[in-house]
Amino acid sequence: MDNNTSHTAAASNGTTHSGLREYTVTVYTEDRIGITNRITIIFTRRHINITSLTTAQTEIPGVYKFIITVLAEREKLDKVIGQIEKLIEIHRAFVHDESEVVYQELALYKISTASLHNGNIEQLIRDNNARILTITSEYFVIEKTGHQQELIDMLQKLVPYGVIEYSKSGRVAIVKWSRRFHDHLKDLQRKEADNLKLVH
Amino acid sequence: MQQKDVLPMKTEVSEKRVVTTPATVQTMTGSEAVIRSLIAEGVDTIFGYPGGAIMPIYDALYDFQQEVHHILVRHEQGATHAAQGYARSSGEVGVVFATSGPGATNLVTGLADAYMDSTPMVCITGQVNAVLLGTDAFQETDVIGITMPITKWNIQVTRSEDIPGAIAKAFYIARNGRPGPVLVDITKNAQVGKLDFNYKKCEYIRSYHPVPELSEEAIKDAAALINQAQRPYILCGHGVLISGAEKELIALAEKANIPIASTLLGLSAVPVDHPLYVGYLGMHGNYGPNINTNECDVLIAVGMRFDDRITGEVSSYASQAKVIHIEIDAAEINKIIKADVPVHADAKTALQALLPHIAPTQHKEWLQTFKEADKQEYDKVKHRELYPEEGMLKMAEVVRIISEKTGGHAILVTDVGQHQMIASRYYQFKDPNTNITSGGMGTMGFALPAAMGAKMGAPEKEVVAVIGDGCFQMTLQELGTIYQSEIGVKIVILNNNFLGMVRQWQQLFFDKRYSSTEMINPDFVQIAKGFYVPGRKVTDRAEIAAAVEEMLTHKGAYLLEVVVEQEDNVFPMVPAGAPISHIRLE
Repeated sequence: MDNNTSHTAAASNGTTHSGLREYTVTVYTEDRIGITNRITIIFTRRHINITSLTTAQTEIPGVYKFIITVLAEREKLDKVIGQIEKLIEIHRAFVHDESEVVYQELALYKISTASLHNGNIEQLIRDNNARILTITSEYFVIEKTGHQQELIDMLQKLVPYGVIEYSKSGRVAIVKWSRRFHDHLKDLQRKEADNLKLVH
Repeated sequence: MQQKDVLPMKTEVSEKRVVTTPATVQTMTGSEAVIRSLIAEGVDTIFGYPGGAIMPIYDALYDFQQEVHHILVRHEQGATHAAQGYARSSGEVGVVFATSGPGATNLVTGLADAYMDSTPMVCITGQVNAVLLGTDAFQETDVIGITMPITKWNIQVTRSEDIPGAIAKAFYIARNGRPGPVLVDITKNAQVGKLDFNYKKCEYIRSYHPVPELSEEAIKDAAALINQAQRPYILCGHGVLISGAEKELIALAEKANIPIASTLLGLSAVPVDHPLYVGYLGMHGNYGPNINTNECDVLIAVGMRFDDRITGEVSSYASQAKVIHIEIDAAEINKIIKADVPVHADAKTALQALLPHIAPTQHKEWLQTFKEADKQEYDKVKHRELYPEEGMLKMAEVVRIISEKTGGHAILVTDVGQHQMIASRYYQFKDPNTNITSGGMGTMGFALPAAMGAKMGAPEKEVVAVIGDGCFQMTLQELGTIYQSEIGVKIVILNNNFLGMVRQWQQLFFDKRYSSTEMINPDFVQIAKGFYVPGRKVTDRAEIAAAVEEMLTHKGAYLLEVVVEQEDNVFPMVPAGAPISHIRLE
C-alpha cells in the first residue's frame, strides 16, 4: 500500500483526527493484467490513501471483485469512483460506509512456544475466539478473524507473550444491498464473455 | 505465406474506398495480420517511424503500399500530433506506428494530448521478444505502464493469434463513446509468429457501454428549466463536434433565442457570424460570454467539461444559475460543477430528444447584454488589435487577414500560447471541425505536425497552421515530412522573439522579470528553404495582405514568417484562479 498509516489511524467510529473517514470501496472488474495498477493510479492522483486491498474472483467466471479500504472525504471518493468506472474493464464500482457492509479481516500471530508457560495464553485464545493453526518447538501460530480493531486489540494482548511476527489481511466484505448488482453480474454469465483472453 | 482457399473479395471498408481482403481464413504472420486488421478497419493512412522492434510490421507494410499510405515522420511525437490532426479533420481514427523503447516513449506527449482532447487514435508499438520482457533488454520500456494513465485503453500482445482481436478492440474503444487514444504493444515474437487470420470487428465489450441510455425524465426536467428561463445560456463544447450535433445545437438556440458561447475546442461548431453566437469562453475569451456566465439563470453546458481555464475560481462560477449538463462521460458530470439536471448522453441524441419539448421564446434584453459587452470589448481591445495603424504588426491583424483571405473556410491549426488565443479569438470560423488545437494539454510543438495530418485527412480544404516562434522550434523537423510527402500546408509563424504567453504572465504577475523567455531565433525562411519549403518574411504592415495572398495561392507547402510586436499582450484575461467576473479588458 502506498501509505504510512498505522493500524490505529482509523478511530473506532471510522473518522481520523484529520477529518477523513474510512470507507470500503468495491470494484467489479474483468480479469486483466494491470487492472490493479489502473485502479490504484486513480487513488494516487487524488492523494487518497489505500489502507488495504483484497481481490479475488467472484462467483461469475472472469469477474473479479476488489475490496479496497481508504481514508478519504466522501465527496472526493465519489468522484474517484466515477473515474474508476470509466476504465474499460470495470463493470461497476461502489463506495460503502461501515453500516452498508458485513466484513471481516484475518490476522496471524506467531508467538514463541516458550511463552506458553507465561500466564494463561490458552484462555486468551478461547476468550477471543481465536485458534491455533500450528505448533512447532520454536513457535506457534494463532489465527483470528474479526474487525480491524479486534485484531489490533488481540495483538496488544499478545505482546506480553512475545510476538515474533504479525500479519493481517485486507478486508473481505459482503455488501448488504448488493442483490440487484449481483443479478446484473449473473446476466453477464449469459452474455458472451470478453473474447480476448491473453495469457502471459 | 501459406494460404488456405484464398478467394479475394472486394470489401467496402469505408465510404472512401474499396480494398481486397481475404474471404476465408488465411495463415499468415502476426505482422501481416496487423496490416490486414488495419485495412479491415478502413485505415488508409499511417503516421510512423520504424525501428528494430517493429521491423517485421514495416516489412509486411511493404506489400500493402497500394492500400495503405505510410507517412514517415521525423519524430514519433510528430506522428501522434499528425494522427490527431488527421482524426480531427477526417472524423476517422488516427493511426501511429512506433518502435519499442525511445520510439514508444516519444509517443507519450501526443497520447496525453489526445486523451485530454478526446481524439480517437490507435498507436501500435513494437516491443522486444516476450521472453525478454522485464529484463531491461535493449530498447525495452514498460510502455503499458507508462501510458496507462494517458490512454483510454492499452494492451500488450505477446501471441500472434491475439493480434486481430486486440486491434478490433482498440478501434472499437478509440472511436466509441468519448473517443480517445489506445495503444497496442506487440512483442516481436508475436509479429513473426503465424496465425490463422479471420478478422471480426469488435461490436461489444461486456464491461464497456459507450452509449448511455437516455433518461426521458432528465430531458423533461431540462426542457422545463429552459422553458422557464429568463436568461438561458448555452455553452458549446468539443462534444458537439464529436457527436456531429452542430445543427441540433443551433436549432435549439434558434427555437428559444438562446445565446451560444464556445469553449476553445468547441470553436467552429457554430459559425462565428451566426446572430446567436456570442463568442469564446475562458481565460482569454470574450468579455460578454465570460461575465454573463455569472448572470444567466439557466446554464446549458453541452459536451464540455468545465476546465479550469473556463471556470476560473469554481466556487463563484455560475453559482446563481441552474445547470443542465449534457455529457457522454459520466465521470465529468458533477466533477467540477454540480449539475441540477445531469443528462448523461451523447450530445446529438440529447439535443434531438430535447428539441420537441422546447417552447419558442424571445430573450431580447438578455441578448442585448452580450451586444453591449461586445461593444465595450470592441472599443477597448478588438479595434486596436485588428486595425492598428502604426507600430509593429500585431498578431490579431495577421489573423484577421488570414480569415478574410480564406473566407473563414480554412482549417485553422494553432499551437499553444498567445498566438493560439489570438487566433481563436479572431479567426472567423464558418465550417465545423475547422479548429484544431491542443486544448487540455497545451502542448507546444503541436501545430506543425497536426496541420500535416489535418491536410492528409481533408486534402480538399486549405489548412493554415498559425504557430509561435517558440512552438515552431519544438517540432520544426516535420518540415522534412512535409517536403517528402508533398503535404500542402500553409505555415504562418508569428514571431515576437519571446515565449509570449509566459512573458505576458511575467509582465503582469512577476514584475517584468523576463526569466528565460527571450528567444534569439534562427532565420526561419532559410530553415524552410533547407527543407525545400518556400517562404517569405514580412515585417511591414504594407506587405502583409499580399504576402498572405501569395502564401494561399502558392501550390504546395509555404512558410510565412511575420515579425510581430514583441511585448503584445492578450486581453481580455482572467487571472489564473480568479473568478471569471474579474476578467480584465486591459
